[in-house]
Amino acid sequence: MTHPIRAVTSLLAVLLLSVAFAACGGDDEAEQQPAGEGGGGETTEQSANLIESDPANEGKEFTVGSKNFAEQYVLGEIYAQALEAAGFTVRKQLDLGSEQVAYRQLKRGNINGYPEYSGTALTSFYRVKIDDIPRDPQESYEQLRDTAAEEDNITALPQTPFQNTYVVTSTTETAEELGNPETISELAEKAGSDMSISGFPECRQRTDCLLGLNETYNWEPEFVSSEGQYEDLDQGQADFTFGFSTDGSLALDKYATYEDDKQLFPPYYVTFLVNEDGMEALGESGQQVIEQVQEPLTEEVMRELNSRVQIDKQEPEQVARDYLREAGFTE
Amino acid sequence: VIGVFAQAGGGGGGGPDCPSPDPQAGAFVDAFDFIVSQRESISGGVCVGGPGELWDLGVSHMSVSLAAMALAIVLTVPIGIWLGHIGKGEFLAVSVSNIGRAVPTLALLAFFVAFVGIGFTNVVIVLTLLAIPPILTNTYVGVRQVDQEAVNAARGMGLREGQIARRVELPLALPLIFGGIRTSAVAVVATATIAPLANVQSLGNPILEPQTYGNAGQLGAAIVIAVITLITDAGLGLAQRGVTPRGLKVSAVGQEKARRNPFLTLTSRRSETA
Repeated sequence: MTHPIRAVTSLLAVLLLSVAFAACGGDDEAEQQPAGEGGGGETTEQSANLIESDPANEGKEFTVGSKNFAEQYVLGEIYAQALEAAGFTVRKQLDLGSEQVAYRQLKRGNINGYPEYSGTALTSFYRVKIDDIPRDPQESYEQLRDTAAEEDNITALPQTPFQNTYVVTSTTETAEELGNPETISELAEKAGSDMSISGFPECRQRTDCLLGLNETYNWEPEFVSSEGQYEDLDQGQADFTFGFSTDGSLALDKYATYEDDKQLFPPYYVTFLVNEDGMEALGESGQQVIEQVQEPLTEEVMRELNSRVQIDKQEPEQVARDYLREAGFTE
Repeated sequence: VIGVFAQAGGGGGGGPDCPSPDPQAGAFVDAFDFIVSQRESISGGVCVGGPGELWDLGVSHMSVSLAAMALAIVLTVPIGIWLGHIGKGEFLAVSVSNIGRAVPTLALLAFFVAFVGIGFTNVVIVLTLLAIPPILTNTYVGVRQVDQEAVNAARGMGLREGQIARRVELPLALPLIFGGIRTSAVAVVATATIAPLANVQSLGNPILEPQTYGNAGQLGAAIVIAVITLITDAGLGLAQRGVTPRGLKVSAVGQEKARRNPFLTLTSRRSETA
């Protein structure tokens, strides 16, 4: 026996959904090369964004993990809260340290999924040399997806619209003094080897960091190994620093970034890695939730969310909750 | 002060001329291999590891440690002896020690960047602060525990206060002072691992750069640091025994000798009460 009102509501929902589908199909594909297949779906239309608790998900357990820095906490919270909203029983392990630790936990089944960067996963887990990573985001994602599935039975869900790659930054004053170069090529010409760049100790010997600047851009700035990043710039310890493209500090207008015009840095888009148990628990609807909540995460949005944690010192849990509400995923 | 080390091999089209690490090797075998021979870095493009690089890193590691230890000793021992001699400042000596142990070295590194900038000085200051507490406490206690009768006897013989401190209290306190230096040195050598965070190369580099050096580098460097630390400890232990005045050795060594030479017991007793 079907209740007439319920029938009408579900009909409405189907209609709305199909409208949303039609509305975003075209332009979505055009501007989001990295998001890849599968994605699509119920964005744009506010009402259709809402994640509804699916009774079919009841009792299905899923443990979300993350590494131990701001962006990872926020992403972990976003995925966890979204899955919770969809009716899953979610546990969180959002402090797993380095990617090696997190990945091991994933393989052992202590967590079911965690967000990882495509470039990091390829180099750290599958020993792909940095120079060999495809610079095309979709290609590098596909390589990761295939390798992860083959070697570890781990599924790499479609990527986020944003990536968190290295970015060469300076204060806006330094940029002005050099005549506001737009690209690293221009910067290399103007800055010369008298200026210095700071970066994590690791940067010194990475071909996608200092070595890359030397070789690809023929630029040999003095290297200051330090974890200070933007503080190094503020305190005059270095003229430039290797930042990350979604750093909260970049949401402030104090710093200038330079475009990587020779594609020195490989793609670092986020893909939610899920193990076998995780995929079973998630099912179609769970995967859709993951893809759905990451859709609005452009570089700009991610910077803003990170800045709320890194600069405004808000709790990642709160930041994620606000994000889900602002984007219309929850009420 | 310490420059960037020249890398053998180097990128370019052909890639570096050193072998890729064996992915099948067990953790310790791989780490040992990292210590004895060069290999291509994890992320590719450079050669890392091997005795050459580890030697360079080790030299830098030890220079920053030595500088910090020298500074700590020069600054602390005189103050400790003086405080111990006048018998005041126990509160200071103990508090400095306790507070010093509570402050994380890593935080100090960041803190001092604002005053001295990033670099050698920064690391030396931070390691010096780490080294001071055990030396200060041990020096103070070492001088305080010197037999008052010995001090009074010296005074009675007409030694001035400065002379008493230098010729009586310092020698008698030396074993404890060296104990403090030993504790500090072990802590400093182990902690110089964080130097790369302030632009000083050290054996911490392989540990802090997992994507370059890999697990083998982390474990290999950790083993090297552990060995150097143990050698430091053992070396200073020998030195500590060396500087111990014969009279103080009596209680430990004397009994063994006493069995063989009853006459020595007599002299020993004398020096004990002297």
